[in-house]
Amino acid sequence: MLAIAIVFLPLAGALIAGFFGRKIGDRAADLVTSIPVAFSAVFAWINLWQVALLGHVVTVPLFTWMDVGLFKVMWALRDDQLTAVMLFAVTTVSALVHIYSIGYMHEDPHRPRFMAYLSLFTFAMLMLVTADNFLQLYFGWEGVGLMSYLLIGFWYDRPSANAAAIKAFVVNRIGDFGFGLGIMGVFLIFHTISFSPVFAAAPGFAGKSFVFLGYHVDILDTLTLLLFLGAVGKSAQLPLHTWLPDAMEGPTPVSALIHAATMVTAGVFMVARLSPMFEYAPFTLEVVTVVGATTCFFAATIGLVQNDIKRVIAYSTCSQLGYMFFAAGVSAYPVAVFHLVTHAFFKALLFLGSGSVIHAMSGEQDMRKMGGLARRIKFTYVMMWIGSLALAGIPFFAGYYSKDAILEAAFGAGTSVGNYAYAMGAFTALLTAFYSWRLIFLTFHGKPRADHHVMEHVHESPMVMKVPLFGLALGATFAGMIFAGPMISGHWAAFWGHSLVVLPTHTALANLETLPLWAKLLPLGGALLGIVIAWQMYIGQPGIAPALAKSQETLYKFLLNKWYFDEIYDFLLVNPAKWLGRFLWKRGDGQVIDAFGPDGVATSTRILARRAGALESGYVYHYAFAMLIGVVFLMSLYFYAVGV
Amino acid sequence: MIVPALGHLSAALPEIFLALSALVLLVLGAFLGDKATRPVATLSLIALVVAFVLVLLGPDSTTVGFSGLFITGRFAVFLNALILIGSAISLIIALDYFRLQGTERFEFPILVLLATTGMMMMVTANDLIALFISLELQSLALYVMAAFERDSIRATEAGLKYFVLGALASGLLLYGCSLIYGFSGTTNFGHLAAVVSGGPVSIGLLLGIVFLVAGLAFKISAVPFHMWAPDVYEGAPTPVTAFFSASPKIAAFALFIRVMMGPFGHVAIEWRQIIILISLASMFLGAFAAINQRNIKRMMAYSSIGHMGYALIGLAAGSVEGVRGVLIYLAIYLPMTLGAFTVILLMRRKTGPTENIDDLAGLSQQHPLVALVMAIFMFSLAGVPPLAGFFGKFYVFMAAIDAHLYTLAILGVLSSVVGAYYYLRIVKVMYFDAASEPLAGPITRKMAAVLLCTGVFTLFFFANPAPLLNSAHAAALALLH
Repeated sequence: MLAIAIVFLPLAGALIAGFFGRKIGDRAADLVTSIPVAFSAVFAWINLWQVALLGHVVTVPLFTWMDVGLFKVMWALRDDQLTAVMLFAVTTVSALVHIYSIGYMHEDPHRPRFMAYLSLFTFAMLMLVTADNFLQLYFGWEGVGLMSYLLIGFWYDRPSANAAAIKAFVVNRIGDFGFGLGIMGVFLIFHTISFSPVFAAAPGFAGKSFVFLGYHVDILDTLTLLLFLGAVGKSAQLPLHTWLPDAMEGPTPVSALIHAATMVTAGVFMVARLSPMFEYAPFTLEVVTVVGATTCFFAATIGLVQNDIKRVIAYSTCSQLGYMFFAAGVSAYPVAVFHLVTHAFFKALLFLGSGSVIHAMSGEQDMRKMGGLARRIKFTYVMMWIGSLALAGIPFFAGYYSKDAILEAAFGAGTSVGNYAYAMGAFTALLTAFYSWRLIFLTFHGKPRADHHVMEHVHESPMVMKVPLFGLALGATFAGMIFAGPMISGHWAAFWGHSLVVLPTHTALANLETLPLWAKLLPLGGALLGIVIAWQMYIGQPGIAPALAKSQETLYKFLLNKWYFDEIYDFLLVNPAKWLGRFLWKRGDGQVIDAFGPDGVATSTRILARRAGALESGYVYHYAFAMLIGVVFLMSLYFYAVGV
Repeated sequence: MIVPALGHLSAALPEIFLALSALVLLVLGAFLGDKATRPVATLSLIALVVAFVLVLLGPDSTTVGFSGLFITGRFAVFLNALILIGSAISLIIALDYFRLQGTERFEFPILVLLATTGMMMMVTANDLIALFISLELQSLALYVMAAFERDSIRATEAGLKYFVLGALASGLLLYGCSLIYGFSGTTNFGHLAAVVSGGPVSIGLLLGIVFLVAGLAFKISAVPFHMWAPDVYEGAPTPVTAFFSASPKIAAFALFIRVMMGPFGHVAIEWRQIIILISLASMFLGAFAAINQRNIKRMMAYSSIGHMGYALIGLAAGSVEGVRGVLIYLAIYLPMTLGAFTVILLMRRKTGPTENIDDLAGLSQQHPLVALVMAIFMFSLAGVPPLAGFFGKFYVFMAAIDAHLYTLAILGVLSSVVGAYYYLRIVKVMYFDAASEPLAGPITRKMAAVLLCTGVFTLFFFANPAPLLNSAHAAALALLH
């Protein structure tokens, strides 16, 4: 019953604020959305305690959705350990973002709509994590996709926001296409799309193959790869990552929500949820590991040189999701979900903190025009430090526990892809620390680079924004310490119960305790080194950074332009698609269908109408003649027909 | 001998009553002069109502009388009832119109009565002689009515055109009758049926049928015998046009069905091609030629040509379903078209009546309810569901499909798409065009009542179509068995 309240309270708030927002006013809309979500969060904590610690795993059936022949689908809320952890993370971050939004969006004329979207977004994500079958998962999956579209394009009068919203939606469609195919394939093979029977039957299909276009293809590898394609889109992994940085066009609280607790984590959650299938698909696991590790490194390199404060954090998200995926890829699902939770806190903190900076800077997002803010907005400064410490994995902040565990698991997997992931991840730890402190140093230290006008207006955020930041800071500081024990230590199996499946032959988790010391310390050393380099380049000798950019111009441009992914996509896909669309529109539709269809018919109708009207001359003898001709004609036709 | 004669008389009671009423009222009018105008009008209306009651009380079973010249039964009852309703409504709106015009004369209602008598005789004709006599009785009254506004050049021209071409059509028809009689030796429909079904049919007889079809097609203004219609519709006084588009069409169609399905039903294969051709030509000409019309009466003329084309589809099907379809079509067409003409009668400027489609602009603001019923009539004429006009088309198209006349049905639907354009244009003009000068016509209580009744019928026919369907079915069965 608790689960129902957790899931549907945000929906109720969203409906009231969405439909009656204008009537009840901004203030009421704030309350009617924030309070239910806050209650959801409180219930989710209770739920976590009940489910994870007391073991009250339940499935709450709601009602039958579809019942067509073999195809039966229920609406049901699956409330197991994995779901409870997700509910906890999603509702907590969402509640804090709601509260923060009250302050951040104070000046916006469409605040009720914004709050309604936020709540609906939360609801969609909650439906996703409580799904009991693939279709319900898909419902939530598409729900967050739709809501992210609406939220990214919230400022619909900005062309860039609309473009970003469309981009997010379209890129996600590509992944969702694979996801949809995967679900259909699941039904084809298992004849059901409910999780429990599918999971129970999955081991029986291990290593079996079916024939597709003359090739023997492994069943579970195929299905999981298709499903993983959905995760690639939703979680912004290579090569479908391009929408995520552009999603920064949305209001900052949306960025925090998308990047921390909802939407992007859906892919990681899905892989964890389907661990009973993925575990029997060794090839897919390798793909997941490689994609995750590559994205992790790739996104971090781009983060090094970005100048927009939110974009730096956006690429950081992309990179951190890569960590989670390669953790899942080496079968360390508990560690992946653990990192998901800690990341939710510190990434939300960083985003809302940067929102606070932007708020203080009157909307400025370019770090080159900031600097010297530390004294003026001390609270935000401290918050950004905490978030960055957690992100970089400095002991004993949250990220330290989860990120190090991921790297250790990758190393412990002992496979070649695991080693690749370890190498990428360890190096990325250095890059992460570097770009995090580059952000801090550029933003808060040095001389102010903004003009007087802006600097005079710099002010700390109001209390309604500070409280959520503080709450998230608590999470970013302590979530690791608190949850590391039950979630990923030797007793992890007791905590997660049956919700996560790891085959005994996949030893990444088992080997965590027996790693060589250097493998454990290397990431931390890299992180510290990254901080030192950042200090040296931006505080110690500020001349280094521009000089380096100049001497390595090709590399710098390459990174600044995001490895030219957008350009390549434009060239290979977008422009040909536009050309084809224009061709079909102008030539196909305009010159062929319209010309011969509607326009042509209309023109010939007009001509016929004029001729038909002109038959009426007004002269009686014409009419009489027509009648007689008519009789003769009918007679001839008649004799012709009867063949006389 | 006197007893069977009385039996015949009672079967023909409505016609006889109407004829006598007309003569009595004529005498009354002749003696009383202008003072008689109002009483004659009222009494004529009452006579139509009484005749209507008499028709309904008439025999249910098929009865032949007057030495085989006369036949009545469910088919005749159905159509006579329609004709009387049409005549009564036409008379009601006409009287109000002439009163507003200040041109009311006592002859008009009497002409309506005489024409109606002729029409009812057409429905009950069972012999080529009866056919011709009744047709001429109706036609002569109509010629006079077309030129009723004798000071108007347009009206006299219309009357003259109608008369000349009507005479030509009568000649063709009569020629056909003489051919039929010459090659079969009888004028009676029953005997003709026996001859036709008795063995190989002579070419002369078939030739006679073609001439007969030409004469009848003129009366229902089917292509290519339609050319009088637009000129006469436009030139004649509007209430006369309304009358022309209603009852005479039904009577002529009744006669058409009676002749083709009765005596010549056995050679339906032979004449079907002709009917299909006439039907197609009427539908398409009605649809296309109406598009460019600026005068609404002229447009309605083409509209009625098109509608006769649709009704002919049912005749082409040549089955019980087909005849039933025609009857339903006519029963639905009558209130639609009369309602539309009532609105046209309301079109009036300070200077007098106006007939331009553009003058309807802005009607939705000045008279929202009138615009609404007009929109209902136009949508219904175009055949948009769920309005009555849709069902009219639906049943004839169904009959065509059942008779495997797929091409005809498909072309019919296509032409109705073209036809929808000019009906919807009127709706567009009423609702979306700005008015230049408001229409100032007063809406009399009677006209409002007519609009209400016809509008409600058109709008809510779909709610309870069973009574009309059943009686049309019974009428069709009575004709064919």
